[in-house]
Amino acid sequence: MTASPIQKMAEKTPPGMARNIKGLSDRTIAWIFVAPTIFLLLAVNIFPLIWTIRLSFTNYRVNRPNKDVDWVGLRNYERILNDPDIWNTMQATAHFLLWTIALQVLIGFALAYLINKKFKGNDLWTTIIVFPMMLSPAVVGNFWTFLYQPQIGLFNYVIAFFTGADPASFSMIGDVHLAPWAIIIADTWMWTPFVMLICLAGLRSIPDSIYEAAECDRASKWRQFWTITIPMALPFLMLAVLFRGIENFKMFDLVVQLTGGGPGNTTTLTSIDLKREAFEKWRTGYSSAYAVILFVTVFGLASIYVKALNKVKER
Amino acid sequence: MSFSVTEPTKGTKWFAGVLVVAYAVITLIPLLWIIATGFKSPADSIAYPPVVVFEPTLEGYVNLFTDRTRATEDMLEAAGPPQTWYEEIARERGTVISGPSRYGERFLNSVIIGFGSTALCMILGTAAAYAFSRFRVPLKDDLLFFILSTRMMPPIAVAIPIFLMFRNLGLNDTHLGMILLYTAVNLSLSVWLLKGFIDEIPMEYEEAALIDGYTRFQAFYKVVLPQAATGIASTAIFCLIFAWNEYAFAVLLTSGEAQTAPPFIPNIIGVNGKDWPAVAAGATIFLVPVMVFTVLLRKHLLRGITFGAVRK
Repeated sequence: MTASPIQKMAEKTPPGMARNIKGLSDRTIAWIFVAPTIFLLLAVNIFPLIWTIRLSFTNYRVNRPNKDVDWVGLRNYERILNDPDIWNTMQATAHFLLWTIALQVLIGFALAYLINKKFKGNDLWTTIIVFPMMLSPAVVGNFWTFLYQPQIGLFNYVIAFFTGADPASFSMIGDVHLAPWAIIIADTWMWTPFVMLICLAGLRSIPDSIYEAAECDRASKWRQFWTITIPMALPFLMLAVLFRGIENFKMFDLVVQLTGGGPGNTTTLTSIDLKREAFEKWRTGYSSAYAVILFVTVFGLASIYVKALNKVKER
Repeated sequence: MSFSVTEPTKGTKWFAGVLVVAYAVITLIPLLWIIATGFKSPADSIAYPPVVVFEPTLEGYVNLFTDRTRATEDMLEAAGPPQTWYEEIARERGTVISGPSRYGERFLNSVIIGFGSTALCMILGTAAAYAFSRFRVPLKDDLLFFILSTRMMPPIAVAIPIFLMFRNLGLNDTHLGMILLYTAVNLSLSVWLLKGFIDEIPMEYEEAALIDGYTRFQAFYKVVLPQAATGIASTAIFCLIFAWNEYAFAVLLTSGEAQTAPPFIPNIIGVNGKDWPAVAAGATIFLVPVMVFTVLLRKHLLRGITFGAVRK
């Protein structure tokens, strides 16, 4: 904004202390305002990231500070990409991502669609539905282990009540086949409202006049849903998927409290595996390379996805 | 009400309402179960089948806030009659209170770090957002994208160097270190949200103020800040909730001095294994404030969770 005429006028009637600061140009003020933020982000985000990249080419270990640090080139990267355990971890993460996103989009969209029917009190119930996603995932995840207890757990009791199975006969967290579903259920419970809120905004952004026009053309409700509602809400749905995808790729707190990555490695998502390598085995160089690979993956996938999202928006 | 072809019929509304309410009730059960378990006795909390109607007790809360030791009959008699209601509850289990537990400290740490980082985040964020909204900043779009991209990093990925850096600076396990860290984590959110809110304030107000002889700074804090008050308040609550809930950095970088409640609550152990009523009591105290804030925030929820990308 060029404020030169305004500034000239301002100069004519300067109140008190204004004189002292008036000398600053807009450009200077802009820098004074932006610099602290950028500085802090550089110090706490970018500097560590560069350090991580540097460490990833070494065999440094935090717990042995006196040992000589050697440059090992790309050896850490080679070892990670050739490690079958890492691929198992990636597979567990992909399974978790696909199912949580699918379930959350399905349930979240359905809820938004129903809420958009504007029944009495829909605002109140929307707020209640939102509660789980605002809470601390670690604290809530820990409590879910209580709900999942065989015999005494509420979840097992309810499932047993409806299926007639013995509530002590299955353990959601202890069983190799059930544990991946235990984390999917808890995550879906927690984050479906997130998708619901975004879908609701999408549905509310569709003007009534389009439906009125369709109604005049005698388009069936079914047809209206597929040719108006879905295409117009699609950018919002895709945005919800983007957010959930990034968040769940980083997933740590909820799952580490729920299963701790077990039993075996069945729920060891990448963040949990990375934490073990870095803070339990203290393989700092190796885990730095791991972190770089993860970051490049998230960033790469997100960029491709955002391009696709923009294409949908343009249509 | 006038007739409209797009208005759902009464039957549709009723049907939609029933389904949504059913979902809401089911989704609330785990939360109600946490609150209820906090008031159960240890026996009731692990009863089979799970009990819904029970005699409420404050034992969980007493266990949460105190450390207790087992006492023999003689010791109990020597200690004399219980002085307070909470001692009485401990005595009934054959234990004596040996002192306060760590929960109070941990909760206080959460409060200090949460509010400290929120305050700092709002000061830095408001200034940056104002500059991005009103001035021509070189590389504006790149800087804004850079600020957002810091959010994509998994916390564990940057935790190693932050751990090393904090160790060198003596910031590991300190309030100041955690406040700076959470401020940096939340800055992307606060800058993006606040920029949206400030963009909505018409520039004419400031121009009028400048013509009246205000300087830029005066126009900023006398005209823009009051106008943006609602936006600033809701952004602050979002930052507070994120800092409050954060777990990954807290568990890796703090252990004693500055540990917050989320890493602490899951590790509350009773005399005979896991003390679920105490865990639930700790969780209740920790979660209920956030629920209250959620109700206050309900109009701005969507904006907050999407970094301002979706506005109603």
